[in-house]
Amino acid sequence: MLRILHGLPGLFAVVFLATLAVTGSILALAPALDRAGAVVPPAGDVSVAQMAGRVVSNYPGTEQIVRDLSGQVVVYYSRDGQAGANRVNPVTGERLGAYQPSAFFVWIRDLHRSFLLDTPGRMVAGISAALMLLICLSGMVLLARRSGGWRALMRPLAGTGSKRVHAEIARLAVLGLLLSALTGSFLSAQRFGLLPEVSDPGPGFPAKVSGGQPRPVDQLQALSEVDLNDLRELVFPYPDDPQDVYSLTTTGGSGFVDQATGELLQFQPRSTGSVVQQWIMRLHTGEGLWWLGLILGVAALGVPALSVTGAIIWWQRRRSSVQVQDNVTVAEADVVVLVGSEAGATWGFTRALQTELTKAGFRVHCAEMNALAHSYPRAAMLFVLTSTYGDGDAPASARQFMTRLRDFRAGSALKYAVLGFGDRQFPNFCQFALEADEALAGKGLSRIQPVELIDRCSAARFSEWGDRLGTAIGTPLSLSHDPVPPRTFRLELAQRVDYGLAVQAPTSILRFRLADAGQGWRSWFFRARRHSLPAFEAGDLLGILPPQEGQDARFYSLASSASEGVFEICVRKQPGGLCSGYLHGLKPGDSVEAFIRQNPGFRPATGTVPVILIGAGAGIGPLTGFIRKNTARNPMYLYWGGRSANSDFLYQPELGHYLKDRRLTGLSTAFSRSDERAYVQDRLRQDERALRKLVETGAQVLVCGGRDMAAGVKQVFEEILQPLRLEVDDLRVQGRYLEDVY
Amino acid sequence: MKKILLALGLAVSVALPALAQAREVTFTTELLDYGGDGAYMALYLTDASGAYRGTLWVAGKKSKYYKHLSGWARGSRLDPAEYDGLTGASITSGRTLKITLDLDDALIDSGHEVRVDTAVEDMRDNRADVAVPLTTEGAGKPVSGRGYVRSFRYDF
Repeated sequence: MLRILHGLPGLFAVVFLATLAVTGSILALAPALDRAGAVVPPAGDVSVAQMAGRVVSNYPGTEQIVRDLSGQVVVYYSRDGQAGANRVNPVTGERLGAYQPSAFFVWIRDLHRSFLLDTPGRMVAGISAALMLLICLSGMVLLARRSGGWRALMRPLAGTGSKRVHAEIARLAVLGLLLSALTGSFLSAQRFGLLPEVSDPGPGFPAKVSGGQPRPVDQLQALSEVDLNDLRELVFPYPDDPQDVYSLTTTGGSGFVDQATGELLQFQPRSTGSVVQQWIMRLHTGEGLWWLGLILGVAALGVPALSVTGAIIWWQRRRSSVQVQDNVTVAEADVVVLVGSEAGATWGFTRALQTELTKAGFRVHCAEMNALAHSYPRAAMLFVLTSTYGDGDAPASARQFMTRLRDFRAGSALKYAVLGFGDRQFPNFCQFALEADEALAGKGLSRIQPVELIDRCSAARFSEWGDRLGTAIGTPLSLSHDPVPPRTFRLELAQRVDYGLAVQAPTSILRFRLADAGQGWRSWFFRARRHSLPAFEAGDLLGILPPQEGQDARFYSLASSASEGVFEICVRKQPGGLCSGYLHGLKPGDSVEAFIRQNPGFRPATGTVPVILIGAGAGIGPLTGFIRKNTARNPMYLYWGGRSANSDFLYQPELGHYLKDRRLTGLSTAFSRSDERAYVQDRLRQDERALRKLVETGAQVLVCGGRDMAAGVKQVFEEILQPLRLEVDDLRVQGRYLEDVY
Repeated sequence: MKKILLALGLAVSVALPALAQAREVTFTTELLDYGGDGAYMALYLTDASGAYRGTLWVAGKKSKYYKHLSGWARGSRLDPAEYDGLTGASITSGRTLKITLDLDDALIDSGHEVRVDTAVEDMRDNRADVAVPLTTEGAGKPVSGRGYVRSFRYDF
């Protein structure tokens, strides 16, 4: 519901919102430009009387002097029967230039206010502002929910692609946009009478004035008591009318000044309502608050980007929510498939499962988890396919599942299996799937097979799950669903360096280059495509498609970034490993099909906090990449474990070089097949105190390597953190303990 | 074209109720292409000493901007009773405002002056953009203003 509230107004109003935002950010420059062109003497230096006297000596026909909030002073005068307006220096009274509002800014302002359509346009602009307000508020709630609470909004965000870009921009821009939308809606509501508008009529014209001989303006007492910086407007009396007076408006209020006695008459302080009114206007326009104007302007520039990424997300969601066909009713179904999905990705897998089961002769009912029935009279099997939202919450289509489950009556024959979908970058990976599995067990249902968790929609894992399920139910199933086939490109092996043969751990550093497409139009085509390659950094993943048909891509952490022009990975040959065997068999010049998958959750923190890199074996790849990029010379410590210093010390020369030029602060190695027989965990334990100190100063820990090593490292860190009354999970939620394990 | 019977509470017309004779007067105000938003204008009468006597017409609907028509605002004290029923839309750059009113004969050739104050958002305000005596002789003779008014004339 909240998501609809967020997306729908955006889709409808996108053109208007983008126009308002772009024009708004142009207009936001005006206060800064005005301020840059204004001469503002320090407070107490120049009084209104002094300034007016100097202006009048230059402009004898002065009728009015206006000082705007940016400090710009404009004199309206009449000379030889012609009216004019000039910007003046308030200190000298000299002309700075003609006062001519820029036609461009006036046009942009009308576009912003009313889309150049006057009243109907103003109405559309007002409605758009209100929609923007709605989008900002709903977006903040969605973002908080996605990140796992309001506090989590300050931490690094997880996720990839458009969703991540959308969230990052939104987080930066939302407060500015909220302020603009709120004040804009308010002003528009006043314009159309929906909210009362405070108008300050000001004091009435004095009934009696002295009528004596006028004094020069710089000798009027009341004007010499007002500082220039408090002036808003001074209107001169009509020439040769002794009954007329000066009208004075200051930041504090307005009144009149007798042109003979210099006395302040009928002064009326500005009402609170009018002060508030003016502040709302200033907060919207940034008038006199040039820095705020610039902030609001930059925030507004986020809107076009948010519109585009938002539309992409919407489109992806729409495309992946497959309509279920051939669905049988609850009463007839012998198999029930329930889906928990936030963005709709899970439905694609459901459809594949339904098709296979139907082919095998089952009568399948698919529904979202929220539609859990009271009972399924004929069903023998229940499948729950669910993702997890944010920090372990139920996704949208499963939010009422746990409540409904209380009233659910399962027949004694009903067995179930849960399949969870998630992303290991998030803490509490697949948490909701685990909870659903427990809850169903708690209802007395028995499992067909244990719960399974699938990382990032892996098609291969899904297919494996199908194989096991087929065996369990005695009906072979061949499940295949690849949600978004990646766009691949061809890479050519440029160089390989081999290590570890002597210690039965063949590991190679492979450097690929984009395959050269040869001559003629093809090389032109490939050159053009090169520019559309996704950007990547060390820590991102290179997906390699094994040559065998139907095999899922394997992922390797990249040690290089796009700016280096090579794709560098570090691959250990696994016994019987399909893809690693294939890669190890490559000779320079051979080529592979590959694609990039971003992995923004595994990156060293920017800034000056120390970074502790921990890895074993081929896990050193991305860590070396981080060190290579550390040209800012932030403190970085590497703990790495291998087998033998003589055989598989990956990157040895390079690391020595980095130590020398201080990109790497400290290096500690452990070799398990040498005399020391040490593992990387042992090195961490030895340095326990130093590491604890680093964590205390805010250090970030990045772990890359096999699952067992990562578990061991985590254990050591729990020990290290204990005196600080911290756990690894505490660091994890702060984005200070990151893992890339395989 | 506006046609309104002007019910000015003028001293002259009150003092001479029996003799009061009305004449139809058309005021034509053509604006320059000053290139800004719609102009606010006030057409009003002053007596020989320059004191405000009554409002003829106010172009521009939002009373919060009326204070920018400063000569008229002073005279009328922005009392809504002074301009009630005598307002219309603001006048776009380059366009012409034509209004026709029934004016008391006693106001003509008696030293009264027609004044036009003009104001445009973010541009200068013009007190007495036009100031011209209301005389039989002056009828039909265009005068130019000093602000946004290209030409102003009245016809009996």
